[in-house]
This record gives sequence, C-alpha cells and structure tokens, in this order.
Amino acid sequence: MQHETHSHGMNMAALGRDKQDLNLANESTCLDVPGLSLFYGDKQALYDVRMSIPRQRVTAFIGPSGCGKSTLLRCFNRMNDLVDGCRVEGEILLDGQNIYRKGEDVAELRRRVGMVFQKPNPFPKSIYENVAYGLRIQGINQKRVLDEAVEQSLRGAALWDEVKDRLDESALGMSGGQQQRLVIARTIAVQPEVLLLDEPCSALDPISTLKVEELIYELKSKFTIVIVTHNMQQAARVSDYTAFMYMGKLIEFGDTDTLFTNPAKKQTEDYITGRYG
Amino acid sequence: MSKQSFKSWYKSGEPGIWMSGGAVAIAVIMTIGLMAVIAVRGLGHFWPSDVIEARYSVPGQPVQMLLGELVQEEEVTRERLAGAGLPIPADAPEFMRRDLFKVGNRDLTGADFTWLVGDWLSEHKTPEDIVVLERREWGNFYGRLVNVQEAGKVVAEGDAAWAELQKRIERVDGLQAKLNKLHKGDIGAINHGLERLRLQERKLELNGQLSDQAKADLAAERAELNARYQGLEAELMALNAEFDRDSATFKAIDGREVNLTLGKLVHAYKPNAMGPLDKIGFYFAKLWEFLSDEPREANTEGGIFPAIFGTVMMTLIMAILVTPFGVLAAVYLREYAKQGTMTRIIRIAVNNLAGVPAIVYGVFGLGFFVYMVGGSIDRLFFPEAAPAPTFGTPGLLWASVTLAILAVPVVIVATEEGLARIPRAVREGSLALGATKAETLWKVVLPMASPAMMTGLILAVARAAGEVAPLMLVGVVKLAPTLPVDGNYPFVHLDQKIMHLGFHIYDVGFQSPNVEAARPLVFATALLLVLVIALLNFAAVAIRNRLREKYKALEN
Repeated sequence: MQHETHSHGMNMAALGRDKQDLNLANESTCLDVPGLSLFYGDKQALYDVRMSIPRQRVTAFIGPSGCGKSTLLRCFNRMNDLVDGCRVEGEILLDGQNIYRKGEDVAELRRRVGMVFQKPNPFPKSIYENVAYGLRIQGINQKRVLDEAVEQSLRGAALWDEVKDRLDESALGMSGGQQQRLVIARTIAVQPEVLLLDEPCSALDPISTLKVEELIYELKSKFTIVIVTHNMQQAARVSDYTAFMYMGKLIEFGDTDTLFTNPAKKQTEDYITGRYG
Repeated sequence: MSKQSFKSWYKSGEPGIWMSGGAVAIAVIMTIGLMAVIAVRGLGHFWPSDVIEARYSVPGQPVQMLLGELVQEEEVTRERLAGAGLPIPADAPEFMRRDLFKVGNRDLTGADFTWLVGDWLSEHKTPEDIVVLERREWGNFYGRLVNVQEAGKVVAEGDAAWAELQKRIERVDGLQAKLNKLHKGDIGAINHGLERLRLQERKLELNGQLSDQAKADLAAERAELNARYQGLEAELMALNAEFDRDSATFKAIDGREVNLTLGKLVHAYKPNAMGPLDKIGFYFAKLWEFLSDEPREANTEGGIFPAIFGTVMMTLIMAILVTPFGVLAAVYLREYAKQGTMTRIIRIAVNNLAGVPAIVYGVFGLGFFVYMVGGSIDRLFFPEAAPAPTFGTPGLLWASVTLAILAVPVVIVATEEGLARIPRAVREGSLALGATKAETLWKVVLPMASPAMMTGLILAVARAAGEVAPLMLVGVVKLAPTLPVDGNYPFVHLDQKIMHLGFHIYDVGFQSPNVEAARPLVFATALLLVLVIALLNFAAVAIRNRLREKYKALEN
C-alpha cells in the first residue's frame, strides 16, 4: 500500500511536468469531429459536436450522467451501430478518413480503434486465449507469433508478472482489476491506434483503479487515448485534455489544467465545483 | 386453537409450506411407487421359482395330477366361480382361492397357463427330479427326464441321464453359435453381395450401359459368390446334421412322453434341486439374456436387445438432427431476424408446435417424409430397386426425422433463452476487437449458450425417446431382429425398420397371443425403457453441468 501510494505520487509529479505547456493548437490531430449529431429514434442525443482529439495524448470526457459522453465515445468505433434506431449525422475523421463513409470496413475500424468497457468483460476462455482472440480473428494462428504478442500485450498492460504462470487458467478466475487490465491487454494486442476507455475504473476498487491509471499513463506514448469518466479527480490525474459535456452538447474543450483551474464557461465551473451533476 | 392464533398461523405461511411439502412428498412417493411396481413385477419374472406337483380334485371328476409354477393367487367369491361353470358345492365358503399356474406343455395341453381353485389342490410337493425346459418353440416344458439318445439310440437312462443331457446341451450350444455366425455373418454377406450385384445390373440396364463385358463381369462375380455359398452350404448341412443328432425323451405329468432334439432347447434346469446361490446365478443369466437376446415366440419369450438398440439408435440420430436444426433456427430468430410482429408470430407458432399431438406428426411423417421425400429419393437415386422401395417406406431415418420435427420446438425455445442471457458486454467486447457478428456468434456467444442448448437437447430426448404413437407409422415394427448397424456396406442402414421399447410394450401387452406369458415382459420392458431414457438424460445432464461449470462465472 505504502509502495503504491509512493509510485502514484511519482507519476503524478511526472504528469504535472508534462502538462506544463500543452496547447491544442500545437497538437497533431488523430480523430477529428467537424460536426456530429446523433439521434435515438426521434430523440436527439448529441448536438453538433465539434472537436479534434490530439494524437498520443489522453483526452477525458466529463459531464453529468446522460450528457452524451459515452454516446460520443461509442461513435468513434461505431459501437452505436448496434443500437436499434440510432442515427448519426455528420462525420468523424480518423487520420483524415471519414469512418461513417459508405463501404467503411467496421470490423477493421474497430481493430484500429479499440475499446475498454465499464465492467470487465473477459471471454470465458483462458487468459492466453483472451489476449490471442483478436489476433486469431485476423487469421493469425502461428503459435510463435501468438506467444510473443500475448507476452508483449500482457507486459504492456502490466499484468505479465501476475499471470505468466497461469496463462491457461480461465480468465474468469481473476480479480476485477486484473480482468480490466486483461481486457486492456486484449485490446492492445491487435495494435490499435486509438484506445477508447468507457469509465474503465467505475467497477474497480481504489488499488485496482490506481493500477489502471498508471497503465493509462504508460500507454499514452503509444496510443491516442480517450477516456470517459465520472470521477473528476481521475480526469485531472490522467488526462492531458478534458472535454466537458452537458445535455448532449460539448460545452468546453481544452487542456486539463486550464479547464479545471480556470474554466471559460460558467456551466463548466458549476460542474467542477460540484454545484450539479 | 383460538381464532386469533389460527389467523396468525395462517398468516405465518405455515399452511403453504405444508401444502407445497405435501405436494412434493406425493410426487416423490408416486414416482418411487411406480418404479417399484414396475421393477418388482418385471424383475420377478426371471426368478426360477419352484415347480409344484399336486393333486387336483374337482368334485365329481377323476383326480388329476398338476405340475407347474404358481404365478398368482387371488380370492374370489363363490358365486363368481360358480358362474364360471365350476361345480361349486353349496356348502363351500363364501370366498375361495383361485390360483394361476404356469403348466407349460403347450404342445400337449393347448395352453401354458391355467386357473385352478386353490381349495381343491392337495399334497403339494416339490420333487427334485422335475425338469424345466425352455424351448425355442411351444414355450416351457415341465416333466421328468427319461433318457438321452444319440441318433435314435439310448445312451443314458435314469440318474446318469441328467449329467449326459447337460453335457450334450453344451455341445449343441457351441454348434448353435457356429450356425448363427454362418447364417448372419458369412451367408448374410453373400446374400448382401448378390443383392448388390442384382441392383448393379439393373442400374446398368436402366442406363443402357449393360454391355456384354459388364454382363460377363457381373456373372463372374456372381459365380464366385455362388461358389462360396456352395462351400458354406455343405458346411451348413453338416452342422445341421450334427445339431439334430442328439435328442432326449421327457415324460409329462399326465404320462405322455415327448422326444425333443436338443437343438430345440434353450435351457434345461431343475429348479427344485437348485440352492439359493444357483438360483441367483441363473436369475442373472436370464436377466442378461433378456437384455442381450432376440425375441422369440411372438415376442413373449427371449430378449429385447433389438428394441433397446433401435430405441437408442433412433434417439441418437434424432439428437444429431435436431440440435443443429434447432440451434440454427434459434440463432436466426434471436440474433438476425428483425424483432417485430413477424418474429412474435413465429415464436407463437413454434410454441404451439410443441403442443401438437404426436400422432399428427406420425401422419405428417408418413405422408411427407416417407411417401413424398422418400419416394422422390427412390425415384432419383434408387431406380434400380423399383418396385421395391428403399427410402420410400417407413424406416429408421424417417422415424428419427419425425421425432426431430416433434422435438425441435423445445430446442429452439431453450436455445433462444440461452442466447438472450448472454451479457451484451461480452458480445460488445468481441465486436470491439474487430470481430464480425458471425465471428462473435461462433467464437463467443454460441459456446456460452451451449449449456442452454444441452438443456434443450435433454428436453428433446426426454420427449422423443418416450414417444410411441408416431413411430408406428414411420418405421417401428413388431419384429426386426436384424440390427440397423452391421458389417455390410454401408454399415449403418438408415432405411431399415427397427424395433422400439415403447412400441414393444404396446405390442407385447396388447397384441400378444399369450397374454399371461407376456405380462411380466411388459413390466420388464417398461422398466428398461425408463432406464434407457434416464441414462440418455443423465448423460446429457452431465455434459450440460460440465459446460455450465465452465461458463458459470459470467451468468451472474
């Protein structure tokens, strides 16, 4: 516990240094949203959202429940396609390509834009097979390649040392925090460009939360990360940029320090000072 | 009890507990009672009970000697006996005993069973020299051994005859096994080969390809088979002569003597001379015979192995057919079909299908599968066999298919419920890794739904294995000792007719010429049917539980 707190503190310090001169204008854009509206049947859930998500940075979406932050996140890998009656207007550009264009290979898009869900959702398979799943889907079946990818991904998710001796055991026997890191390992095994994290720590205890947060910090160097969180402290700790959403609208988007210390909009200030939400 | 406390007792829910507990108890008692009745009545049949010799004196008639096994006794009123035409004296007691004896010797007396008035029997004895013969024809024989003969000459008499008889029966059993092998194995294969050649020739003829060359080839093959048959026939004749060499003379209780060749005997034993251990050994031998032998004498004697085999085979084929069919239907309904009025109507239809009387499926199976599908298959693929039908006649395949149709709603409903229970999160997890919907279904969802599929299969087996009515129309017959699996190409004969335990019960119980002999077999067969179905179910439950264990953690 002692050790955990200590390393956590170190990371936060490092994080702080990183954050000093962040400016959206200087970033290279990974996901560009030039204007996006979304409807569930007749009900509009997103209102003309415009934003650019910077490459290899952590972007956090905050806002009260039902503000549309998860809905927006699920637009980036078109998970909303699975919802009956969901209709999207506008476009999202991944590396300049509209992911909502006709003929887009959704499976390939989802490989490039990985997603981790609120509740850990490992498959009822062995730890090894969970991580190898995405690769097997792509038709990669050579044992040597898989072994290497599994090890690398588990190391990448800071899970290797804990599970290396029981790779053949069922993933369902792991703790919740381990399961969530396994899901992250499974996601990075297919080498995506973007990682979407949908409240990844909401079902975890504080220690597991800490581990996942450290992991997010580690992964930033390789992936563009977008995280939805309910927890403003978490947003402040892990993210470089933060977007505040309210009632389906993007209210404010900027570097995390500025947004939390000196919000430009009244609504943002009300939210982060706890006046609603 | 005061009104207040009764009210509080009522409110406490105690009456409900008593009522539900009582319902469970009644259900358990009924099940156990049913099984016990079936087991006792059916299993008792194989016990070699003592043979009683007694004097039977009907008033006003000469005294007769009786020899037989006591099967059943009951109390009846004097009036009823008198009404049956018996000379009941006026001073007879109000209630009299009536006994059912198995006296055998059907060839001599015309019936193996006889009802006697118990009060008129006297001097019960169980002499040790009484021999019971189980014969291949004419049922049991009860009497005494006189002598043993070889080719018409007496070789043993008196006390030495019994040992000689045992020895010679053993020899005949060995010959019987050889004959069986010859008949079913070698000669069966030749017959099969000849039939195949005939069909080949007819096919070539129909196609206009019957050249002289082909004719000569076929003739050569046929000549070879015939030559082989000639050789076997000589062997067969020799064996038959050996088989019929020995005979024995027995004396019935009325003094008549019967000479039987030993080939006609299945068992010869002296129940009155047997100790308890001998009897137990004999009992299990008989039980095993019942399980492993073919039926004899219009199914009232011998075993029921073909029926067990037919039941299991048919149920397995049904399971193999129904599972993929039901699962595919459920997957489409739940995963792909647009949920709406149409799917709701289909679901209602599927559920109603499960309630259609089974005989209706039988009629459908006969009309659609046997005559339409089977008839078309015959026209297309087996024109050479015409006019004899191959698949256009009731058989194993059609029985299985009909049962599969009958059981498919259960599988669909169970699988659908299983699919509905798979958490959305797991499906999304797979999709988010770049898997398509089909890959997700195949690699994640279906394995997780497999316990539900097994549940459906268990219900399907339970429903189908016990079904009788439709089977009478689509492939089950009274007697089909040839198993649908044998050593002749194509090894599994789906077009063959089969026997079935359920139908066997009906046939033995209600269509038998010998009601008294058949009754215990009805119970024994019923017990066996229950056991076979229970066994099939337990196997499926065991598989399901293993699968459930594997996917348990995700269910909650």
